[in-house]
Amino acid sequence: MNQPDLLINDPVFQFKGSMLAVTVLELTHSDLDRLRQQLANKVEQAPNFFRDTPLILGLDKLAGGESRLALSDLMQLCREFGLRTLAVRTEHPDDIAAANALDLAVMPPSNARERSITPQDSVPRTPQKPAEPVRVPSKIVRTPVRGGQQIYAPGGDLIVLAPVSAGAELLADGNIHVYGPLRGRALAGVKGDQSAGIFCQGLNAELVSIAGVYKVAEDLRRLPHWGKSVQVSLSDEMLNILLL
Amino acid sequence: MAKILVVTSGKGGVGKTTTSAAIGTGLAMRGYKTVIVDFDVGLRNLDLIMGCERRVVYDFVNVINGEASLNQALIKDKRIENLSILAASQTRDKDALTQEGVEKVLNELREQFDYIVCDSPAGIEKGAYLAMYFADEAIVVTNPEVSSVRDSDRMLGLLASKSRRAEKGEESVKEHLLLTRYNPERVSKGEMLSVTDVEEILAIRLLGVIPESQAVLKASNQGIPVILDDISDAGQAYSDAVDRLLGKDVAHRFLEVQKKGIIQRLFGGRE
Repeated sequence: MNQPDLLINDPVFQFKGSMLAVTVLELTHSDLDRLRQQLANKVEQAPNFFRDTPLILGLDKLAGGESRLALSDLMQLCREFGLRTLAVRTEHPDDIAAANALDLAVMPPSNARERSITPQDSVPRTPQKPAEPVRVPSKIVRTPVRGGQQIYAPGGDLIVLAPVSAGAELLADGNIHVYGPLRGRALAGVKGDQSAGIFCQGLNAELVSIAGVYKVAEDLRRLPHWGKSVQVSLSDEMLNILLL
Repeated sequence: MAKILVVTSGKGGVGKTTTSAAIGTGLAMRGYKTVIVDFDVGLRNLDLIMGCERRVVYDFVNVINGEASLNQALIKDKRIENLSILAASQTRDKDALTQEGVEKVLNELREQFDYIVCDSPAGIEKGAYLAMYFADEAIVVTNPEVSSVRDSDRMLGLLASKSRRAEKGEESVKEHLLLTRYNPERVSKGEMLSVTDVEEILAIRLLGVIPESQAVLKASNQGIPVILDDISDAGQAYSDAVDRLLGKDVAHRFLEVQKKGIIQRLFGGRE
C-alpha cells in the first residue's frame, strides 16, 4: 500500500452547525430614496457599527402591494453605507430569480421553518463570513487624569497613556490599562464582567475593583507588588495581583 | 497678541498673590506692558502686596457694572513704568463677577497690554473658575506638602476640562508648576516633599522653585513685590521663573542644602 491510499479516508473538512447573530435589514416599503435617507441617519449615529457589517436583506415583510425592487440597486445602496449583503430572505419567485442571477444565497422567510429548496433554487451558497461580534471601540485618554475627574468607558476598554492622580476615578465595562502610575481608583467590569482586568505600570491605587470585588490602598500597600507594574484579575471572587 | 496668565492653586495661603505680584512686576521690568488683575473679590489683597492700597478708587466690579471706565480703575505702579493693577472690590462678593463682564473687561485689557496676570482666589468656586476660564497659560502655585499638591492636581484637571480653551477644543492651556516655600533642609530630613516628588505627581513643566524666605514676608508687609528685592534668594528665584516663562533656559537654583560659607561665596562672586 502506498501513502495516498492510507490518507484517502483522513477527513480534510467537517460540517458544523453554528448559530450566528446577523443583522437583518427588514424592508417594509420599497421606496429607495426614503431608505437611503433613513439609513444615512442611522449610520451617522454609529458609523463604526455599520462598517463592513454582514447583512441579510429581508424582503419577506414587503407588503404585497409594494413594487419589487431591483436587488442589485438595493445591494449597491447597502454597500455605500458599509453593509455587505450575505443573503436575501424572501419567497417571492422574482426575488429568488434575481438572487440566483447575482449568485446570492436565498433564505426562507422569518416566520417559516426551513423548507426544502427546489433544485433550481439551490445555488452554491456564498461562503458565510462569521459575523463579527459587535465591538465597542476602546476609549483612549492621552492627558493626565487629575483628582476629581471621572472617566467611564461604557461597553469597552479604557486605555490611559498618562498618569492617573489620586482622587481620580476610572471606570470601564471592560479592561482598564494605565501606561503610567495609577494613583486613583480603577474599577473594571463595572457591569459585572468577571473576566475584565486592570493593567498598570505603577500600582499606587486608592482602590482597584473588578466586577465589584475590590481592594483598597490599605490592603494593596502591604503587598510586595505596591508601586510595580501589575495586572489585576478576578478568579473565584478573589482579586489576583500579579507582576507584569 | 496679549497673553492671559492665571496664577492659581486651589489651596489658600500658598503664595498666589505674592507670585502674581512678583511675576507681573518681573514681566513689566522686562519691558512688557503688564496688568495684574485681582479676582479675589471680597478678600482684596493684591493692592496691599503691591503697595497701592491707598490709591484704589474704582475696582474690577465697578468696571464690570459700568460704574467706572477701565482707565479710571487701572492703577499705574509708581516704581515700574509698564505695570498697572486692577484691584478687586472689598465690599462685594464673588457673585458680582459674571462671565460676560469678565470677558468684556479682559477683551478691553487685551488691547492695551501684552500680559494680563489674573490673581485667582483660593478654592474652585466661581471666582477661581472665572480667573482661569479665559487663560492662555496657567501658573499653578504649590507648596511641597500633600494637600497642596492634591488641590493643585484638582485645579489642573479643571484647567484641562473647564477652561475656554478646553471647551472650544483649542490648544490646551499651557501649564507651569511653581513650587513655593521650598526648604531644602527640611526636604533632606524627609519632612517636606522634594521637587522630584511634586513633579512626579503633577507631571507638568517646572517653572521655578521659590525657597522659603524671610524676604517674602518682609516684602509683603512693606508692599513691595519680592522680585524687586534682588539680593534675596526668593527675589532671584522669581526673576529666574520670569525668564523661564519668557522661554529662556535658566538652570534651577536653591534646590540643595548649602552651607553658609558657600552661599556667601556665591553671592560674593555675583556682585
